[in-house]
Amino acid sequence: MGKKSTPGLNTSAMSDISFLLLAFFLMTSSINTDMGIARRLPPPLPPNFTPPEVRERNIFQVKINRNDRILFNKEVGDISLLKERAKEFLGNPTNSPDLPEKLETNIDLIGVYPVSKGVISLQNDRGTSYDMYFRVQNELTAAINEMRDELSREKFSRPYKDLDQAHRDAIDKAIPVAISEAEPTKIGGGK
Amino acid sequence: MARFKQKNDKGTPGLNMGSMSDIIFMLLFFFMVITTMRESELFIKITPPKGTEVTKLEKKSLVSYINIGVPSEKYAAKYGTEPRIQLNDQISEIENIRQFVELEKSARSEDESKLLTFAIKSDSKVKMGTISDIKQELRTASALKIFYNASKDVKR
Repeated sequence: MGKKSTPGLNTSAMSDISFLLLAFFLMTSSINTDMGIARRLPPPLPPNFTPPEVRERNIFQVKINRNDRILFNKEVGDISLLKERAKEFLGNPTNSPDLPEKLETNIDLIGVYPVSKGVISLQNDRGTSYDMYFRVQNELTAAINEMRDELSREKFSRPYKDLDQAHRDAIDKAIPVAISEAEPTKIGGGK
Repeated sequence: MARFKQKNDKGTPGLNMGSMSDIIFMLLFFFMVITTMRESELFIKITPPKGTEVTKLEKKSLVSYINIGVPSEKYAAKYGTEPRIQLNDQISEIENIRQFVELEKSARSEDESKLLTFAIKSDSKVKMGTISDIKQELRTASALKIFYNASKDVKR
């Protein structure tokens, strides 16, 4: 009667350790999510395709040369100004005759909204660094995202990121990603 | 009295935690396997550009990666010091991209292959000439959904 049964090993510390490891792997695997900017390429052109005429006021030219200098609206500019200029161009708040036309469009959930006909034309050189190209893309995306957010606050009184998919689609239609990429120039050489 | 004391010494019986650690270990191994499986070895070094407007890449099963960068020191002798393209686990040429697109598309069902995204994971020092060529190849292969990989810029 006085005999003790074999004492069980205390394994609760082991589960602590394995919990720690588990937490570590959970964290490291989720940190590695890929971030970036999504874009759609234009479909391949049919062989005898003539580009449509676009009025000059509807185009905002952004050019990057092989030394990573930027030219927009025919003047050399700094990347920090690009976002504001792009917003001014796409928004055209004063309906200036130099800035793009607008087309009254009926959009679900928003109603009639003047959608800008403006297109940002982005051209780079073959010698442009990917870093610069990406930063320009980033600034242009920032301009579009800010405009979308402003419209969302105005129409739905909520920030864009809190909208559901249907409302987002409506906003996306009102402010499309109007970025067109021209063939790169070949001054910078390379292959 | 002595009997009572003996009973008191026992205290509350401890819970058996042995099986709990088994379960945790199972989870641990699961996550370990998952994290190692996703990455194929990169022969090239990639420092992606930084951006403030980056979004998460959704649906990893519908993403194929095109890696561009300078071969890392270990492989410099084999692949040179010029930027190269790595598709899956081998260094490739631009001409191989169309084939790669077809391969990736055929590996998925018809509905899914329409949603396939090609993530361009490039070093920030790579020249745009290479990337334009890749984009052109993707266009002709009608793989139109692309994604520029970048890391989130937290400073601004």
